Amino acid sequence: MTKIIIAILALVLAPIAGALISGVDRRVTAWLQSRYGPPILQPFYDVLKLLGKEPMVTNTWQALCAYVYVVGAALSVVLLFTGSDLLLIFFVLTVGAVFLVMGALASPSPYSQIGGQRELLQMLAYEPLLILVFAAIAMVTGSFKVSAVFELSRPMLYDIPLMFIVLGYALTIKLRKSPFDISACHHAHQELVRGVYTEYSGPYLAMIEIAHWYEVILVLGLCGLFWSTSVVGMIVLVVLTYLAEIIVDNVTARLTWRWMLKSAVGMGVVLTIINMLWLYAQ
Amino acid sequence: MLGNMINKGRIKSPWVVHFDCGSCNGCDIEVLACLTPIYDIERFGIINVGNPKHADVLLVTGTVNQRNKHVLKNIYDQMPGPKAVIAIGACGCSGGVFREAYNVVGGVDQVIPVDVYVPGCPARPEAIIDGVVAALEKVKTLLGMTA
Ligand code: SF4
Repeated sequence: MTKIIIAILALVLAPIAGALISGVDRRVTAWLQSRYGPPILQPFYDVLKLLGKEPMVTNTWQALCAYVYVVGAALSVVLLFTGSDLLLIFFVLTVGAVFLVMGALASPSPYSQIGGQRELLQMLAYEPLLILVFAAIAMVTGSFKVSAVFELSRPMLYDIPLMFIVLGYALTIKLRKSPFDISACHHAHQELVRGVYTEYSGPYLAMIEIAHWYEVILVLGLCGLFWSTSVVGMIVLVVLTYLAEIIVDNVTARLTWRWMLKSAVGMGVVLTIINMLWLYAQ
Repeated sequence: MLGNMINKGRIKSPWVVHFDCGSCNGCDIEVLACLTPIYDIERFGIINVGNPKHADVLLVTGTVNQRNKHVLKNIYDQMPGPKAVIAIGACGCSGGVFREAYNVVGGVDQVIPVDVYVPGCPARPEAIIDGVVAALEKVKTLLGMTA
């Protein structure tokens, strides 16, 4: 019973929190660029407006893809908050992401084709990292369950600090923040128009935006797991991580996908090996 | 209630797409100047998107000629409604100094319906921002909103 209540709360509160975080993100970004920035509620206005726009699709497949993407993102948040299996969360998340790419590839537009292929490369970069992190969590807790993390007596960050860096790397790629805004970018100067999002418009773009809010919460929830013993520690860790993401987003330029793939996988594997050896030596 | 909230969103988040119909580049640069920290139009929720499918407002600079009128029409048709068009600069309003040239069609309104005209050669960034605000006022009266 409590699980159902938690699931419903997560379903309702996660997008609201995600939107507020996106609003704060835009405000902080503006502040770093010595601008005033939009109101904190701006993401809500954007999505409401998009919902009210005339639906326009190149084919129905694309609309379906947008819905599957949002359902995938929402389901993975619900699974995380009900203490479910990390691997299950990973698979659900991946299915959603794959549908986003399929929707982009379903139209012949070169912008969305290139965007879709770059998104696939991004997935190729962050998915191994996420699996490594989940495997490391399982080694510490002895189970893939999220609920097992909360039974630990001391924060995971003490045991697998390097895996937190790996997770941060994966998050930057997953949230498509600079230097990894390779497949989609909304900044004034855009080489890909909008990459994977090019062919989605109106209500379908709103769905993708909502899915993005869910993803922000999922990603921050995963970070929070690293300090599972105290609520304050969790919040501090999450806020610091997100602040670091925003700063990195603002001080770096976009990089090539080759560099992303090499550095992400290379660094991920090296840090994981060091951390695992250390875990064994203890 | 949802309708009211959507209308509020429409007023608060006009995404612009910017099309340059062969201008002298003067008005173009003034449009981009609006995005810089000095004018910072993002504080009104305005984002410069590169994609007509995501845009609500079409900013057109420069004279329309026989070549690019099809492109302009195509961009306009790709924008999902509700949408607005703002013609910027003397060229966009009427053809400006190029009006008499043999290949020039004239102002933007010869090809697509224009909601707001922003005169000037080049139009100042302040005037362009005013133009977007005027377009929003128009949208507000159309939607029957008072506030
Ligand atoms: S109105 Fe003036 S500045 Fe603007 S495009 Fe025409 S000639 Fe150039």
